[in-house]
Amino acid sequence: MDATPRELSYSQAIQEAMAIAMEVDERVFLMGEDIGVYGGAFQVTGDLVERFGPDRVMDTPISELGGAGVAVGAAMTGMRPIFEFQFSDFATLAMEQIVNQAAKMRFMLGGEVSVPVVMRFPAGSGTGAAAQHSQSLEAWLGHVPGLKVIQPATPHDAKGMLLAAIADPDPVMIFEHKLLYKMKGHVPEGHYTVPIGKADIRREGRDLTIVATSIMVHKALEAAATLEGEGIDVEVVDLRTIRPMDKQTIIDSVKKTSRLLCVYEAVKTLGIGAEVSATIAESDAFDYLDAPIVRLGGAETPVPYNPELEKATVPQVPNIIAAARDLVSGRR
Amino acid sequence: MPVEVILPKVDMDMATGQISRWFVTDGQSVKQGDVLFEIETDKAAMEIDAPASGTVRNISGKEGVDIPVGQPVAWIYAEGEAYGSVKAAPSTSPLRGEAAPLGAGGGGDKAPSVPPTPAVSPPTLPTSGEGGSGKARATPLARRLARENRLEIAALNGSGPHGRVTRADIMAAIAQPSTSPLRGEVAPQGADAVDKAQGSALHPTSALRAAPSPEGEGDAVLKLFEQGSYDLVPHDNMRKTIARRLVEAKSTIPHFYLTLDCELDALLALRKQLNDAAPVKKTDKGEAPVYKLSVNDMIIKAMAMALMAVPDANASWTESAMVKHKHADVGVAVSIPGGLITPIIRKAETKTLSAISNEMKDLAGRARNRKLKPEEYQGGTTAVSNLGMFGIKDFAAVINPPHATILAVGAGEERAVVKKGEIKIATIMSVTLSTDHRAVDGALGAELLTAFKRYIETPMGMLV
Repeated sequence: MDATPRELSYSQAIQEAMAIAMEVDERVFLMGEDIGVYGGAFQVTGDLVERFGPDRVMDTPISELGGAGVAVGAAMTGMRPIFEFQFSDFATLAMEQIVNQAAKMRFMLGGEVSVPVVMRFPAGSGTGAAAQHSQSLEAWLGHVPGLKVIQPATPHDAKGMLLAAIADPDPVMIFEHKLLYKMKGHVPEGHYTVPIGKADIRREGRDLTIVATSIMVHKALEAAATLEGEGIDVEVVDLRTIRPMDKQTIIDSVKKTSRLLCVYEAVKTLGIGAEVSATIAESDAFDYLDAPIVRLGGAETPVPYNPELEKATVPQVPNIIAAARDLVSGRR
Repeated sequence: MPVEVILPKVDMDMATGQISRWFVTDGQSVKQGDVLFEIETDKAAMEIDAPASGTVRNISGKEGVDIPVGQPVAWIYAEGEAYGSVKAAPSTSPLRGEAAPLGAGGGGDKAPSVPPTPAVSPPTLPTSGEGGSGKARATPLARRLARENRLEIAALNGSGPHGRVTRADIMAAIAQPSTSPLRGEVAPQGADAVDKAQGSALHPTSALRAAPSPEGEGDAVLKLFEQGSYDLVPHDNMRKTIARRLVEAKSTIPHFYLTLDCELDALLALRKQLNDAAPVKKTDKGEAPVYKLSVNDMIIKAMAMALMAVPDANASWTESAMVKHKHADVGVAVSIPGGLITPIIRKAETKTLSAISNEMKDLAGRARNRKLKPEEYQGGTTAVSNLGMFGIKDFAAVINPPHATILAVGAGEERAVVKKGEIKIATIMSVTLSTDHRAVDGALGAELLTAFKRYIETPMGMLV
């Protein structure tokens, strides 16, 4: 019956997850700038306002701090708000609500209150949106205890993880790479969840572990396909959640392959790659390393507007292939 | 300027050594060439001479502990030279060949601030990368595998950047026992081929798992016994070497065994005839024959002749090529207190029985005193192990790489044999040839053993 699996785009998968959640749970509602009639900056909410009405698909004023504050407050009073940022860069405007309020409430109120808010962040470069609309700030929020931070890489995971986030009693931050919105993939019908805090091995291999996040998972898989032709057998771990990080999957994988390459779009320094590397260095997988750990991350620069320069600031498939070759051949 | 005394490399595959005894004390005057201390390696003890004349100071090399090759163990100050507190300098600076600045200590009353150039030529560390820390570069995985397999990282040639030792290097070292750095023996003839083979060889991980794990294992054994019901005797280097080599040999070499009975009567008669005819010479202790052949001497010769008759069996296995030896270098297992050692009769096929006999007496005597030089027990193309003197009828020996064969010799004893339908009494010796199937197949091994039997049973053939 299911001979040809149903395919949806990443943005459709998210929209479907929100619709399912709103259908089954009256507490769920959406907030964001231009998410109503306009359908959202990336058309993710689409026509949901027509299905659920403006009371549950609410346009907010152009104030991320204000919108986030309303969302956090609503969550504290028992609602299940999903708050959309137009660009993840604008998280900077809402830091007070995210970091000082949402993340802290459960702890400061002795567990009497939780903040089951979901915040969605279109993130990453590649759209020619320049320095203020292209950043990858997930590690910023990943640094804050009390938050959960996820980066689904496929339509399947986007829907399943968003549904898990809505059900989660704590604030969950979803970073959605803008270039993934149009990516299609198999998405099951109905309600299902993909657990937060569990990485996924996208491809099994013997020679090298690539731990990647978000769109870099796909670049790593593309690199792995090329490397396979050279006899290099790459294992690709899709981290999926950066807080809480699934350390065991990384450790087990590195124990198997003895080599680790971290690939992520955010600025390389002080980022996810450092955390993954340190996880290995501090674990019993250390004794299994047969090469230095290598990170491929974004350049130490604001993302340029020029499309060629923009591409050059984030790891691309040839960079991953070259790094993997060096690691496996013992040149590094 | 004081002269540094380092722990020298006295064995080609030595990474650390133990000073078994100091013959001098701090402050003692020595002349160049005086014996300073004795080093114990896996198999031998060796005396180390003073590299210069003067006063020995700062003896930092302790007896009975493992000291890395090249590490300073003492300093010798020239007569009248001011004695400063020269710390046991890290082996790095001398290894990097830095000479002390000429100005230092020029006044004669200043303690040298820089370790002087080594008087004994320093060993080359394979990992003398720009780091020069004296610590070998190795990946964590390589270190762990080396630990588990009792390999010395510092003695391996790393194939990675800056000489970094990686898993592949460890695997190659394990897969190539004859070149692995702590192995006692390297066939001189085979060294080139073996070197080429190294690095390309991959090793089945099962052999790795078979290797003994240093941690935890001892505790598990001790738990099986009541406390106080045993004494713990720490392993000396020889015991460790024997254990490691035998595990490697038995787990990496596909052994098979061929057994044959040899009639000894003709050989015993010839031996008596030859010994009776031995000329006598005067020595300090009176008159003595110039040779006294043992059965074992004749077995050594017979084995060498048999290898010449079946040259394909005179081989060593390496991953890249078969090493075919031109001479028969016969190792002879000698039991010594605390273990055994296998000194080698080189080119035994060219030597007379009396030469073999006298050489064997000399080697065995020095082996018991642990005074053999490495070149006297490293290499060889085959070996003979004889337990006949204990009445052992027959046994199978473990091959001693790089050999492809080893002959286990049982006791010569009178047995009833059937000849032409009649039961006769004959002196029979059972021998078992252990063979590395990678190098020598069944039929070839049988050919070798048959040739050996022919020389034993018609021993005149060994004299011509």
